[in-house]
Amino acid sequence: MALAEPFTAKDKVAASAKRRNLIPFLGLPAVAVIVCFMVGPMLIALSFSFLTAGVYGGVDLPFTIEAYRQFLFERNLDDSLSFDNSYLVIYGRTILLAGLTVVISIVIGLPTAWYMATRTPKVRERLVLLVTIPFWTSLLVRTYCWVLILRDQGLANGLLREIGLITEPLPLLYSYGSILFGLVYSFLPFMILPIYAALEKVDFRLIEAAYDLYASRAAIFLKVVLPLAKPGVIAGSMLVFAPSVGSFLAPDLLGGGKKLMIGSLIQMQFTTSRNWSFGAACAMLLMAVVLTVLVFAVRQSKKERHA
Amino acid sequence: MKHRPFSWRTMPAFTAVSWVVMVFFYAPLIILVIYGFNANDLATQWGGFSTKWFVKAAQNDDLVRSATNSLIVATSATLGATCLAIPAAIAFERGGRFFGRTPGEGVLSLPLMAPDIVTAISTLMFFSFVGIRLGLGNVILAHTVFCIPFAVLPIRARLREMPADIEDAARDLYSGPWEVFRLVTLPALMPGIVAGALMAFVISLDDFIITLMVAEAGSTTLPVYLYGMLRQGVTPEANAAAAILLVVSVTCVVLAHAFAKRKSKT
Repeated sequence: MALAEPFTAKDKVAASAKRRNLIPFLGLPAVAVIVCFMVGPMLIALSFSFLTAGVYGGVDLPFTIEAYRQFLFERNLDDSLSFDNSYLVIYGRTILLAGLTVVISIVIGLPTAWYMATRTPKVRERLVLLVTIPFWTSLLVRTYCWVLILRDQGLANGLLREIGLITEPLPLLYSYGSILFGLVYSFLPFMILPIYAALEKVDFRLIEAAYDLYASRAAIFLKVVLPLAKPGVIAGSMLVFAPSVGSFLAPDLLGGGKKLMIGSLIQMQFTTSRNWSFGAACAMLLMAVVLTVLVFAVRQSKKERHA
Repeated sequence: MKHRPFSWRTMPAFTAVSWVVMVFFYAPLIILVIYGFNANDLATQWGGFSTKWFVKAAQNDDLVRSATNSLIVATSATLGATCLAIPAAIAFERGGRFFGRTPGEGVLSLPLMAPDIVTAISTLMFFSFVGIRLGLGNVILAHTVFCIPFAVLPIRARLREMPADIEDAARDLYSGPWEVFRLVTLPALMPGIVAGALMAFVISLDDFIITLMVAEAGSTTLPVYLYGMLRQGVTPEANAAAAILLVVSVTCVVLAHAFAKRKSKT
């Protein structure tokens, strides 16, 4: 490629950058605003997680790791510590549900993205818009729709009763199933769109070639389709996992707040429990989980590129 | 093995899955709108078409106040975010290689990657620590920040498509930097800017968790008020309010899409 185009548009931009070297400064205001009002606040959250919780919310000196200790150990009446796994269970449960959301999204999203990528350009554009619209509409409204459908007096139970399959309403809402359902519904577009973006660039003659060489459909799928879709799958997994693991609305509205998840746990520390430093510590641990997965995903995609 | 005629285009199972997905995406939204127009206040049985719940929602002062707040916040945040996004997009798309480029891009995409709940509680603690108490101003400030990357994306996409040549040509014809920007770059960039602004508007309008944590009493937005309504139970009035929010965001997205696709006139 480099040989074919010795002087690319990029080189041109780089060459003229010397002449117009003030241009990068245009980015300063936006970056400064985000640094002041998002990076700064996150650093404050980090430092608050090492402070003592105030009685009515807020934080006080001195610095302590009390909040992180509270995550693992319960303080008994006689001030001794005993191991308490209840918060670990909440984190484990949330990570498991977010992981399941990713897996289900791949299983549904891959065929959908494949279908989209193999359409004509005009149809493709329309399908992308169709997938994009739910991605931009209010998460609250979309989650609420499922409350309407799944609740005891809701559409699903109503229909089942009409058909005569049931006499008593099925408890569809307020279960892990309904939370999972809501999470997949909320974040599926985040999986479909990156896989589509990866597949869109594929030369489909590769698949025809594989087929001409007597590969079975299963072999085509495993040896050709899957590797081609992999960069999209990795990006999509990250994009689905991060909001799922930090989600508040799906567990709250569809789980009824009974199956506590990380999002609700953090939110509670700032409303009912008024324990800011513990809430900040929980948020930092959530960030750690997300960053770990992010680093893992970036490593994977780098490996892909080198392979 | 029989060499049957096989087309990867029409993998029937994949086609079926895709259509099920599309129904899965849209059926709940359509059901919500239908519920909004249901005359029956039991919300389970169809009692005929009626707009009375929309009328009732419009007569609910608290709901109208929160909707007004939502519009004020979304409009202000859109203006702020777009004004910051235009120069930022130019810097990262036309600036070439420069010192601090990678960290700059990282900061710019932070609002996209950080879980909303973390942003929400961090902003809450920041406002309390620094002592900023501007009422609705706090909400506007928080919204402006997370809207920036969403406004930047379509503008950058537009810049990438737009050849730098036309700007060079204007410069060769002795235009000053400001003239080049005002007379060449800005008009050509307009579809991207409008799309970016609409995206920022939708993102601000739909935000729930950050507003829930940051907003004080009296500066709640429509989604936060709606959440309060839903906690009390499913009511036809809540359905109507949710349907309005849904229709407004879908309209904005479709408009943004139309603008992003539009060919520039220059």
